Amino acid sequence: MLIKIPKNSSLKDSDVTDESIYHERRNLLKTMGFLGAGALLNSAMSNRASASFFSDDEVKFATHKLKYSQDTQNAGLVKTPEQKVISHNNFYEFGAKKNQPAELSQGFKVDPWQLTISGECDNPITLDYQDLTKMFALEERIYRLRCVEAWSMVIPWVGFSLASLIKKAAPNSKAKYVAFETLYDPEQMPGQASRRLGGGIEYPYVEGLRIDEAMNPLTLMSVGLYGKTLAPQNGAPIRLVVPWKYGFKSIKSIVAIKLVEHQPPTTWNKLAPREYGFYANVNPNHDHPRWSQASERRITSGGLFTRNRIETMPFNGYGEEVASLYQGMNLSKYY
Amino acid sequence: MTSRNIILTLKIVIHISVLLPVLNLYYLAFVDQLGADPVESVIHFTGIGALNLLLITLCVSPLAKWLKKGYLLQTRRLLGLYAFTYALLHVLNFLAFEIQFDAVLFFSEVIERPYITVGMLAFLLLSALAVTSLDSLKRKMKKKWQTLHNSVYLLTVLVVIHFYWSVKSDLILPIIYCLLCSLILIFRYQKLKRLILSMFA
Repeated sequence: MLIKIPKNSSLKDSDVTDESIYHERRNLLKTMGFLGAGALLNSAMSNRASASFFSDDEVKFATHKLKYSQDTQNAGLVKTPEQKVISHNNFYEFGAKKNQPAELSQGFKVDPWQLTISGECDNPITLDYQDLTKMFALEERIYRLRCVEAWSMVIPWVGFSLASLIKKAAPNSKAKYVAFETLYDPEQMPGQASRRLGGGIEYPYVEGLRIDEAMNPLTLMSVGLYGKTLAPQNGAPIRLVVPWKYGFKSIKSIVAIKLVEHQPPTTWNKLAPREYGFYANVNPNHDHPRWSQASERRITSGGLFTRNRIETMPFNGYGEEVASLYQGMNLSKYY
Repeated sequence: MTSRNIILTLKIVIHISVLLPVLNLYYLAFVDQLGADPVESVIHFTGIGALNLLLITLCVSPLAKWLKKGYLLQTRRLLGLYAFTYALLHVLNFLAFEIQFDAVLFFSEVIERPYITVGMLAFLLLSALAVTSLDSLKRKMKKKWQTLHNSVYLLTVLVVIHFYWSVKSDLILPIIYCLLCSLILIFRYQKLKRLILSMFA
């Protein structure tokens, strides 16, 4: 008789939450007593905002299956359940609370879409919605994602390397940095229309990388996760994933990529330069003024009593691939 | 209804409306039905809950005066103790689920992060008020009791600062609480003026 003893770290079927139960939770939460007044106030607000965009709360954004080659190298990593990846998001364009993007983005339109690559290059290009998933061979990349708020996930992205896209645009010698921009569309993105929902950051969201960071093979343009196209709350239809940097560098729903000569402005750095640097490499030795960065809570399955605090690794564990990019740089100064 | 019955009813309502949400919260968190990150959810819920209860507690005496119903003051201690209970849960959540009993990290966070330092200070003050809420201690402390319990104003201000500083960029809710707190303090303008003057006398 074969007796299978599951490893402590491996996921069981029972660890993955049933979707219907998950939705029920929201209703339970909303009906909770007056003590959650703050929370209730906000959920009432978000309901009103959502009502103006799509009257039926049950409208769900449609994703579809993608063809891609699998990541066999990292298949052993314990992944964050899909339901958590698509319901716990920092995407202020759809509300500054973690659950709001999934609730307020389901009517988002991604087709038609235009992504332009321009600036210091010989061959500026524009990709339309079909190109995003057709122009390059797609591959799965299972990456750790470390948020600056000291939580982390493991996500199986699907996409192509940014390098292959940039090469197509043929950058010239002046292309020293790459600037990215998120869609600006207050009609579709309630966080951009209302300061109350949008968390007080400046829109459109902008990010940037040094050209050598952008060309690193790890840097991914993601069009999907868990084998399907991205949901809006995760940055549909196309987003950046830079696994050795804090999550806010991985800009979502990108419409413009510009090759530039000088270091471009970045959203969080503009808001609070002492807290968020341009580089934002994961660094356990450099604390955020409000959080220790030495350790993190890995969000997997399991409830409140899961022991999930783990040490944070320099460059989020990707030092072998990227540490050489920063040789001779003082990473406490260039945080 | 006699005032005794009103108080009894009020107290039952308070017990239920304070305990049910928190029991529901921990049940959902325990079975992983409280969003992707139950730790963040329980910390935020108990934190905001403690502040709400604190503000409600401070509304009792102006309300009793305004309605000319002195007996309403009998609900104040219960509300204050529940504010303390929520604050205690808030701190324990942080220690047990966020920090996961890493004592060194706990103390370094309390010392190094100004918003946590301020929050912890407020919690210690609130604990002192909770402990001395016993009738026997109140009698023993005589005049000192009132002096100690006047620090509720200071600690409320500290809690609001703690909330304001803990937020990344979304300042609207903290600002609303700043306004509510100011309103409650303005009602006590005369008393606070006397308090501050006596400190320098």
